[in-house]
Amino acid sequence: MSNTHPQTEEHVPPLLRVGRFLKDNPVIPLIGFLILLIGILEAMRPGILSPYWAGNLIKFAIPLAMLAAAQVLTMLTGGIDLSVGIVATAAAFVTATLTPLIGPAPAMAVAMAVGALVGLVNGFGAGIARVHPLIMTLGTGLIATGCLQVYQRFVIATGSDIPDILEWLGTGRTAGLPNGIFLFLPFAAFILWLMRLSGFGRLLFGLGSNETAAKLSGVRSWQVLIALYVLSGMIAALTGLLYLGMIRTPSLSLAVPLMLPSVAAAVIGGTSIFGGRGSFAGAIVGALILRVIETMLTLARMPEGARIALFGLIILLVTALYVRFTETR
Amino acid sequence: MTTDPDLLLDARGVAKSFGAVRALTDAHLSVARGEVVALLGANGAGKSTFVKILTGALKPDAGHVRIRGAEARVGSPAAARRSGLVPVYQEPSLIPDLDIGDNLRLGGTDRGDFRHWMEALSLPDLRMDALVRDLPLATLRIVDLARALAAQPDVLLLDELTAALPTDLVERVLEVARAQAEDGRGVIYISHRFAEIAALCDRATVLRDGRTVGEARIEPGVEERVVEMMLGAKIDLEKRAAEVARPKPAGQPRLSVQGLAVAPKLTDASFTLHPGEVLGVVALEGQGQDELFEALAGFRQPAAGSIEVDGAPARFGHPADAIAAGLSFVPGDRAEALFRERSVRENIAMPFSARMRRWGPLRLRHEKARVAEAIGRLQIDTRAQGEVQRLSGGNQQKVTIGRWLAHGVRTLLLFDPTRGIDVRTKRQIYPLVRDLAEQGAAILYYTSELEEVPLACDRAIVIFNGRVVDIVEATEADEARLMRAAYGLTGTEGAA
Repeated sequence: MSNTHPQTEEHVPPLLRVGRFLKDNPVIPLIGFLILLIGILEAMRPGILSPYWAGNLIKFAIPLAMLAAAQVLTMLTGGIDLSVGIVATAAAFVTATLTPLIGPAPAMAVAMAVGALVGLVNGFGAGIARVHPLIMTLGTGLIATGCLQVYQRFVIATGSDIPDILEWLGTGRTAGLPNGIFLFLPFAAFILWLMRLSGFGRLLFGLGSNETAAKLSGVRSWQVLIALYVLSGMIAALTGLLYLGMIRTPSLSLAVPLMLPSVAAAVIGGTSIFGGRGSFAGAIVGALILRVIETMLTLARMPEGARIALFGLIILLVTALYVRFTETR
Repeated sequence: MTTDPDLLLDARGVAKSFGAVRALTDAHLSVARGEVVALLGANGAGKSTFVKILTGALKPDAGHVRIRGAEARVGSPAAARRSGLVPVYQEPSLIPDLDIGDNLRLGGTDRGDFRHWMEALSLPDLRMDALVRDLPLATLRIVDLARALAAQPDVLLLDELTAALPTDLVERVLEVARAQAEDGRGVIYISHRFAEIAALCDRATVLRDGRTVGEARIEPGVEERVVEMMLGAKIDLEKRAAEVARPKPAGQPRLSVQGLAVAPKLTDASFTLHPGEVLGVVALEGQGQDELFEALAGFRQPAAGSIEVDGAPARFGHPADAIAAGLSFVPGDRAEALFRERSVRENIAMPFSARMRRWGPLRLRHEKARVAEAIGRLQIDTRAQGEVQRLSGGNQQKVTIGRWLAHGVRTLLLFDPTRGIDVRTKRQIYPLVRDLAEQGAAILYYTSELEEVPLACDRAIVIFNGRVVDIVEATEADEARLMRAAYGLTGTEGAA
């Protein structure tokens, strides 16, 4: 219409306008929020900001952002992958225990295969048996936890070793930046390409938006879902390898605490748990935000239990606020 | 402002924008006691938005709605109900997993009143413990109406309620709506069917491009004036397809269906469809036409019979198989076919990525060209850039067809493509269908509006009670003949 009066825009309440802006450009306001949080952190403890601190922030945000990628991709279809924590843990544990036996490269290959296998079972459940991914991935996660404990009894005597490459990626720095970015940058580029410029990514959005319409367009959803959950499992395994290099102590619950934050980072980053809408760039910023909040809580010198409880509470609050803000029409 | 005590509803200067799209700029509507007012407008005129504002589902940016003279600060559909305006929509608002009785209890509907209205609507035998999901759509629409009437509304709003309703029920609905007006209540009636409007309404209010452009008393010959107001220009009567001489189809049929039975309703369908031909399908609601289309589209498995494509037997285990055989299905319900929060481009391009070997890089240049061509050919109005749900109903329907134009059409299965869309879009769809056929496509065209058959089709098959009972040439396909056949009054089924 040609006779658009500029003043009609003023009828839109300011809060709603902010909400719409957030919805259309989720990353820009998120970066603003991140900067605000960092400002508060600096006010809490003047002088804390330093290139070293920034490098550390990035270092610990990387595994979180990688697991969040698995959540973003599965959430696009209206699913979720709750097995990523234990899959990452299993991959790390398998790598550490097999390296002394069969060498680093085969050990890492087996770890990735474990991730792919769990993903295959998830994909079969979600795509063919039509079990809800929430139930399916919780179930396989539990099964994997049990298998890992059984496996531990067999390898308890063999000792463990961490491949040099993982230690270099996990702990080394180049020009002040953590070496993890050498893994993360190509990884992120691949995920962004997959979501925006590949046919597979298009199908993920389509399935989450309307599965009947996807079927009508000739999409066999089981093929897409199996490939998706295998990919998700392999992302989790890869994250486990990196995390092993960072922490350097394999345990049976190594990466499990990353599970809820990975979901939160995806949701804060603007991904809808109902499918059809999502952004990996947003999830990366979401991961950084969560790590800054974590630092704040550590600085506040709280007992461990209170800190964890408060972290959970803050994740829920931030997520609820964000959803509330952006879903308004 | 003086308030007329006879005015039940008075909406003035209503405006509403969605981002940069101005859906309504200046809409008016008034309903007096004893009046039935038709609200008319092509799709995209802002009708849906106006209805949502009247019923309290949306807040207007400007203007006001008064009900019985009192400013209605309509905050929610429940508040609108309390103030005396009760809507009934094309899509029933009943909870599928509850029975009728529980649905009534949820809405606080009195059972006695409900029964009374069900009898008035000639459906007295409905069981209260019948599960909503098991009932046919037509029945649910009547249930919704009876529920609304039981609430004793001052103003009853009927939005495309009669679309695809069997003729006898349509008559009951019109009688009941008339009786409401005679009791001194008001009715707002929204429909694309002029016959019903002429039979029922006193006055018509016409919307175009978001504003009320005129009002008209309903009298003989008003149709052309109303259509002019809706379209904003004088329109020429289109050429009837039947008057254009076309050679009889010959040679290898594109699609040959023999003795097809599909559970639960289709028992015996046989016909052939040739390249260059538009074959109409005529049937009352629920005669097996849904099953026929869904089987041809790969959504259901036939129980018996055969489907041949280009002379070779075909079995479709999944819609992908049907698409591979060149059969493209446009379902009657747009909501089934669209990715609402995705762009027009993605909606149209989705089939390109469906096959596994196309999961890799998108062929952006190829895709852009094909999508632009489809958009141009269908004249899809993409002013509302971004999500497809921001388009009007008519434009959404065009997107569902455009998907297959971009993909390349060999055999098109159109299921009631003009249901609930405006005159302007309809008049674009008929020539498009003819054009596609002339370029060699074969088209199966189900329509719930009989007057479309001679406009778009070469021949039509009539399905009654699960069987193809008649085949009618377009030249003989007047409404009376089709109607008799659709009710099973011709051919061998006549005696049954």
